[in-house]
Amino acid sequence: MSVDLEKILRPVDHPMTPFPAKYMTLASGEEMVIRQVDRDEIPDILQYVEPLVHVERDFYDVVAARLYSEILAYSRSRYQDQYVLVAQVDGEIAAVVNGRQVTPKLGMSLHTVALRRGLRIGAHAFATKMEYHMDVLGHDEVLIVAESPIGFRRWMIEYQLEKRFDTPHELGGVPSWSLTRELFDRARDTLVVGRRPVPDELLAKARAGILPPSDPPTPPADLLAATRSMYDSTGTALMSQRWQQEVDNA
Amino acid sequence: MRDVYVAGIGITSFTRLEYPLAEIAAFPSMLAMQDSGLTDIEQVYVANMGGPRVNHQTALASAVVDSLSLTPAGAAAIENGPASGSAAIKEGFLAVASGMHDIVLVTGAERMREVNNLEATDFIATLTHPLAEYIYGVTLPSHAAMFTRLYMEQYGVTERHLAMVSVKNQNNAMLNEFAHLHQPITIEGILDSPEAMTNNPYIAEPLRFFDACPVSDGGAAVILVSEKVAKSIDRPLIKLAGIGQATDSHAVHERENPTDLLAVRRAAELSFGMAGLEPSDVDVAELHDAFTILEIAESEEVGFFPKGEGHIALEKGETALDGRLPINPSGGLKGKGHPVGATGVGQAHEIVHQLRGEAGERQVADAKVGFTCNFGGFGNNVICLTFVRED
Repeated sequence: MSVDLEKILRPVDHPMTPFPAKYMTLASGEEMVIRQVDRDEIPDILQYVEPLVHVERDFYDVVAARLYSEILAYSRSRYQDQYVLVAQVDGEIAAVVNGRQVTPKLGMSLHTVALRRGLRIGAHAFATKMEYHMDVLGHDEVLIVAESPIGFRRWMIEYQLEKRFDTPHELGGVPSWSLTRELFDRARDTLVVGRRPVPDELLAKARAGILPPSDPPTPPADLLAATRSMYDSTGTALMSQRWQQEVDNA
Repeated sequence: MRDVYVAGIGITSFTRLEYPLAEIAAFPSMLAMQDSGLTDIEQVYVANMGGPRVNHQTALASAVVDSLSLTPAGAAAIENGPASGSAAIKEGFLAVASGMHDIVLVTGAERMREVNNLEATDFIATLTHPLAEYIYGVTLPSHAAMFTRLYMEQYGVTERHLAMVSVKNQNNAMLNEFAHLHQPITIEGILDSPEAMTNNPYIAEPLRFFDACPVSDGGAAVILVSEKVAKSIDRPLIKLAGIGQATDSHAVHERENPTDLLAVRRAAELSFGMAGLEPSDVDVAELHDAFTILEIAESEEVGFFPKGEGHIALEKGETALDGRLPINPSGGLKGKGHPVGATGVGQAHEIVHQLRGEAGERQVADAKVGFTCNFGGFGNNVICLTFVRED
């Protein structure tokens, strides 16, 4: 009796409503398109993510390594119910975000990587990912973790995420934080931007090909010095403490 | 007094620098020595504001002298808030002008990004009045916001004017390899687009994110020499022709009209008076735009434009790189960056660069007279420098 092992190894994806592309104007005046990519475009992205594995700054190495493995597994059908969104400026890759659907009501945010720093590119991409979970997939809650202090400030503090520490996150089994619908609605006016439909010309340029980043993050000149500043314990702790006080007072 | 000249200049990138503070000071000093060809430094002044607090580094001047193998030269650190850089230049000037020394190295350095923005903001806020301001939570952004609100009401400055300063200076910074911010911005992106409020949120209304300078690390250095030394080396003759310094009340609310920056006005008058020049003689200026409103206000107080008309000159493009009086061709604090202790020296570096005709794509044509305004505290300790190319 023959066994088709691939049928056993390959997870069965559940149907997920596709993400409708959108665009936004950056502070630079450039238009950034954020769109969903299919498995066949993943190899293009992988070649731009791989160099970041060697950037020991702001946890780019950890995040890039994990993202690489996640989207590679997605492209080879070894990751269930994952989606990948890419942000492009003039076709050039600016950010990649991914996540997955755990249940029809629960999302799991995976990673956000800005391949061009500044201009809130990473923040815009993350907000778009949350919009996909909440408004398109209809999730009530998205579980989130941050690997870097920058991520912690952008997600946990800016969105004032709730603790779900009894639920291990798929990334490293660490305690989860949660974006609820209520929190998302509260952040919607200030953090979630973008317009639809994307003008045909913009969308066509983005779809024509994912171009390499012209100014990607680079390794630090002095690894020891970068390590000292990387942990950033005091500031994040202070901000976290202050925010907790606000929550308690409310 | 003897005449004093700038014989050499050096600078680091203003950005996040992953080197110890003493090295950030030493590197541009070496460049300045290389630029001038002078190594027989007799006296070193090091400007710095945050070393003891932010970097756990005291006696910075001693460290710098040792790093550069300049012992047994004299050495002293100068702390004068964000005006530390120009205060050190003033001390260097006096050392040469008095005849005590012939060759003096003045360097400024700061490493602020060792701490996060929250701590950096608090560190800068320690320059405010400890009992009348700091203990109530006043920070420099909040000071600048209140100042801006008053300025808007009195003179008709709008958020669009502030954005115009941001765009001008940040785009100038694109032409400066040493600048912190190498991201062009547009009025559309930071003010008019549907996404502008998220791209450029209020940090202290009416000031937005792009109205404030970045938190930078960096160093800059100049070598000040006597006329005899200046004429013995093969460098353009750039004379430090005027220095003016003035102070104002520590607590801003004690000023009769808080929108009058009297220390700026007096420091500029003294500087121009010493140089025997008028504001109209200036070809290029570096003003202390830690917040966009300050460029507009200082451009009036130093005498470039009538009070309340700086924003009108801005609208007309007079302060643009190709305008009648380019202001902040380096990108200013807004675009080049603001490593506080180094800023005054960085301003002098840019002006000497311009007067030498070495500023490349951002060169102001035929610049012969340059001017800097280094704004310490919230305008309570200000130093203005006037430079003249003589040959």
